[in-house]
Amino acid sequence: MAKRTGIEVSIAIAEAARQADVDVVSAYPITPQTHIVEHLAQLVADGDLDANYITVESEHTAMSACVGASAAGARVFTSTSSQGLALMNEIVYLASSLRTPVVMALANRALSGPISIWNDHSDVMNERDTGWICIFANNGQEAYDLTLMAFRIGEDKRVMLPVMINFDGFILTHVIEPIYMFDDDEIADFIPPYEPVIYLDTDNPITMGPVGVPDIYTEAKKQQEVAIRESRSVIDEVFDEFAGRYGRRYRAVETYKAEDAEIVLLAQGSVIEAAEAAVDVLRDQGKKVGAVELRLWRPFPFDDLREVLCGTSIKQVVVLDRCISFGGPIGPVLSEVRSALYLEKDKPMVVGVVAGLGGRDIHLEEYIEMFRIGEECLRTGKDAGEEPELVKIVGLRE
Amino acid sequence: MSVTQRPKEAYLNVFAYRMAPREEYFTRGHRACQGCGPALGLRHIMKAAGRDTIVVNATGCMEIISSPYPYTSWAVPWIHVAFENAAAVASGVDAAIEALQRKGKLPRKKINILVIAGDGGTADIGLQALSGMLARGHNVTYICYDNEAYMNTGVQSSSATPFGASTTTTPAGKVSFGAGYWKKNVAAIATAHNVPYVATACPSYPLDLIRKVKRSFELKGPAYIHLFAVCPTGWGSPPELTVRMGRLAVETGIFPLYEVEFGRYRLTIDFPQGLRPVEEYLKNQRRFRHLSPEIVQQIQERVTAEYQRLKTMEKVTQG
Repeated sequence: MAKRTGIEVSIAIAEAARQADVDVVSAYPITPQTHIVEHLAQLVADGDLDANYITVESEHTAMSACVGASAAGARVFTSTSSQGLALMNEIVYLASSLRTPVVMALANRALSGPISIWNDHSDVMNERDTGWICIFANNGQEAYDLTLMAFRIGEDKRVMLPVMINFDGFILTHVIEPIYMFDDDEIADFIPPYEPVIYLDTDNPITMGPVGVPDIYTEAKKQQEVAIRESRSVIDEVFDEFAGRYGRRYRAVETYKAEDAEIVLLAQGSVIEAAEAAVDVLRDQGKKVGAVELRLWRPFPFDDLREVLCGTSIKQVVVLDRCISFGGPIGPVLSEVRSALYLEKDKPMVVGVVAGLGGRDIHLEEYIEMFRIGEECLRTGKDAGEEPELVKIVGLRE
Repeated sequence: MSVTQRPKEAYLNVFAYRMAPREEYFTRGHRACQGCGPALGLRHIMKAAGRDTIVVNATGCMEIISSPYPYTSWAVPWIHVAFENAAAVASGVDAAIEALQRKGKLPRKKINILVIAGDGGTADIGLQALSGMLARGHNVTYICYDNEAYMNTGVQSSSATPFGASTTTTPAGKVSFGAGYWKKNVAAIATAHNVPYVATACPSYPLDLIRKVKRSFELKGPAYIHLFAVCPTGWGSPPELTVRMGRLAVETGIFPLYEVEFGRYRLTIDFPQGLRPVEEYLKNQRRFRHLSPEIVQQIQERVTAEYQRLKTMEKVTQG
């Protein structure tokens, strides 16, 4: 039976990769680093994980080696953060284009400059359109569970896409949380050995990564788009199976006290649990508020989001972005949520706020301030207030 | 004309053709230019590497000409990912195959992992990944086909471009004689990694090339082969003289053929009777046409000194 253990979240994620019996780990210790890859290296050194650990000389090589290993038929895991992800960006695109189901644990952190090792979501938002399945965890248990599920989702023959599990740097990576850790035999048949559809096999030679002449490039991109859209049914299947086996239910869009709420705060990652605390405080004051978590970022859960937000009691959504879209529509999450609701008739108003950049803590009062901004928009009836495009940073010192 | 009546050189070519394995794993129908040195080299390399080979190709001429979807010239598994990371991808392939064979997920058999990359993808943008691969000791043979500039994109200079060459980014002009720096010696850089095997080769010496590729796979650990590859398009040399140009590069000492096995240097083609003057090599090429006698003299002095240094290394390390 699964035991509830006090364990550092990074270690739990490394243990998930061990339980998935990965064949190759390729990672680089760029600052900011986590204990994930160090623990994996120790597991390999102690013979507790039969894998080849490649001590690569850069993040670009980390992802390149992952792609090469996956193309050769191996189950592959890596982990990175902020600058590391930015450096591997070129190959992040190639991992999805070549349909190599690499699993990556991404400790979300700010991008330089100024240099920052602390948490926000600017690293992952830079990779939004890379064609990876992208899921957010909001606590250690979720990070562990989702890492296990990532192998099932990405390696499914109907999917064959890389998967990125996002969890907040420091706030999750470096804390010890009580986590239900599976016994190895309990999880073994949930993650059967990886069977690649095609791989670099000398008995069946294939050409991988040929030149995409104009005659074929568009079709290749369309195939990729179809693949990630269709991955949604597999994601739900895996979530269902996990819930059936182990009792923990994951959904593409999660809600907290949203059923009768008028104002909801929509966010991703660890801030959700703090936002829920703010919801409780405001509920005690008689305010009809709730929280919505956008767990699945790619493929974007259009229908789920509309089901939660449209034609319901919700009149105002406050979207919290952990990243600024400079000179653009405040933040990427706001932009996507607004876009998803655009054609709906019975839809709430949507206002965006930015907070928690580069490791700045978001305090309870600031969540309450976000709800107040929502209340103000609702009262004045002005979608996003007087200056809808102005970046509203909560917690900014002026 | 019977074989014995041919000049010595032609006889050697006939000999080489018959000595090489018959199988073709880099097949005809590709889009290389007339007289392409790299494509000629690749054909021999693949004959030497054989069936059980996985090729990792960096972006560049050989990747472009061999894989315009839905066509492929490759009769072995082949992967292209990006420009600067062929050594990194090959590292992953090596790690995967070793792990999968150890874990019983793949049958145990010797698989040759071969990188094919140009001089830009090796001496410039891919140098870090190459260094990492060599330092980690992967079982990979990395072959750089050096046509001495970014030919696929329009003859821009790389750090493997030779001194004095006119390229589109080091053009000869009223106040410039072309590339004002000396060619980067990647074989020496590879040797400094203390890998089991480093060699230089040239398609004009096919048997020497084939032997070196085979040797690189016999030895456990990483190997680096620097292939001198004539590019008629970029160099402005007559396509029908590609093989001859390669021979002249070797005979003048511009590109000596040697190997370094576990630190021991050996010139595999030597000229005890002396080297030809570099001018014989330079004169057939548009990229060197502007060179003054003074610059040619500088090149000659450098080549003589470098060749002498190699001879010394051979003497010291073999002794």
